[in-house]
Amino acid sequence: MSETLGHFNYWLVVVLMMTGMYVVIAHHNLIKKLIGLSIFQTSVFIFYISMGKVDNGSVPILVEGVELYSNPLPHVLILTAIVVGVATSAVGLALVVRIREAYGSTEEDELNDQDIKQHREERGGCRK
Amino acid sequence: MVLLMFLALVAIAIVRIRDLFAVTMLSGIFSFLAAGLYMVLDAVDVSFTEAAVGAGVTTVFFLATLRCSVRVEKAEHSPTRSNRWLALLPVLVTGAALIYGMSDAPLLGDANAPAHGEVAQRYIQQGPVEVGVPNMVTAVLASYRGFDTLGETAVIFTAGMAVLLILGIQETPHNLLGRTANDHHLVLRVVTKTLLPFILMFALYVQFHGDYGAGGGFQAGVIFATGFILYDLVFGGADSRQVIPSRSLVFGAAFGVFLYGGVGVYSVFKGRSFLDYSVLAKDPIAAQHLGILLIELGIGITVFSVLLLIFFSLSGKRCLPCLKP
Repeated sequence: MSETLGHFNYWLVVVLMMTGMYVVIAHHNLIKKLIGLSIFQTSVFIFYISMGKVDNGSVPILVEGVELYSNPLPHVLILTAIVVGVATSAVGLALVVRIREAYGSTEEDELNDQDIKQHREERGGCRK
Repeated sequence: MVLLMFLALVAIAIVRIRDLFAVTMLSGIFSFLAAGLYMVLDAVDVSFTEAAVGAGVTTVFFLATLRCSVRVEKAEHSPTRSNRWLALLPVLVTGAALIYGMSDAPLLGDANAPAHGEVAQRYIQQGPVEVGVPNMVTAVLASYRGFDTLGETAVIFTAGMAVLLILGIQETPHNLLGRTANDHHLVLRVVTKTLLPFILMFALYVQFHGDYGAGGGFQAGVIFATGFILYDLVFGGADSRQVIPSRSLVFGAAFGVFLYGGVGVYSVFKGRSFLDYSVLAKDPIAAQHLGILLIELGIGITVFSVLLLIFFSLSGKRCLPCLKP
């Protein structure tokens, strides 16, 4: 396989990872940030699974007469990571719901504005 | 390769689109494409998990959150031109560095890559002999790296407890019982009722057949939870909570971890090392089978309970009216 084709998977992984990172940095909506984070996560999964692939290899389930299997180790790591990933992003979503209850917004800069405003009011209160 | 291009396209669409409902749906499609890609790359178990988790459960969780939130990302808060360039700068620099680093990576499918070194070779050659389970992924997950998996199960349990602590579960009042959420959708209700037993049966099959084919406790727990979530979405919350009250779900989440850890502690008491299955039966292969069965059951119960608990707390939340600052 030529050099370009052999690295194509990895390049796309980098593109996806950077897309996720861009969403996390540039967007202000908390839900969108979480989705960006999950894109980032998926790109890492694809990276691992790509590393486990062996040319002409078979699915790692024992079958008579098959000698070459793909690497089962990355599969195990990623399989558990996917389920852990959904559990942790659920914690993130729960926090978003609570933030929305407390502030009435899920936009990051609105939260900042409210915090600054409240802080000023408290300081003003102290001087009196 | 086509799948990868599609993945990139969907990711870019997710960045561009401001309607969060559409973005959530797109992320479901993204997960589904990723599942297809794992399938092509020989990772059937992973593909299975991603299809159940990413395309099913995650989408529902995001939708449940959106219900209580503003649906459209605000235009005046989306990145301004200068902001966008400022964010692109670190992204491009990191991306360029990563691509430069990738140029030394072994080619895709290279059988001599360092990743396929000694450990992986041993798992492939000795796994079916020592553990006696045809599915090598299950053998590594439940036997060789059982300790690791215990940690993962504990993380899932902890995440479920964290969501409970943050949101809590609001019990639905009893007068809502039997009131269906979608009175008009007759087709949906009939189809759901027909499909439900098959979904649950399939989950049990995946749970107990995980040694021989693709599947196992993680996937089975997710699929079992999906069945209940589907019922809840179509028939309304109160009915499904009659079947499984949230108290028993909390108990179930803890019981799964307890069962898993219990097998480990039992083998310690028998004088062997932690999670050494050989104490469970005289024949080593039978002992391995019994051990894997028990801990997969523990994983399945924990994953099912935690996912359903999270769904109940996210969807049962009563939305407060928006407080205008």
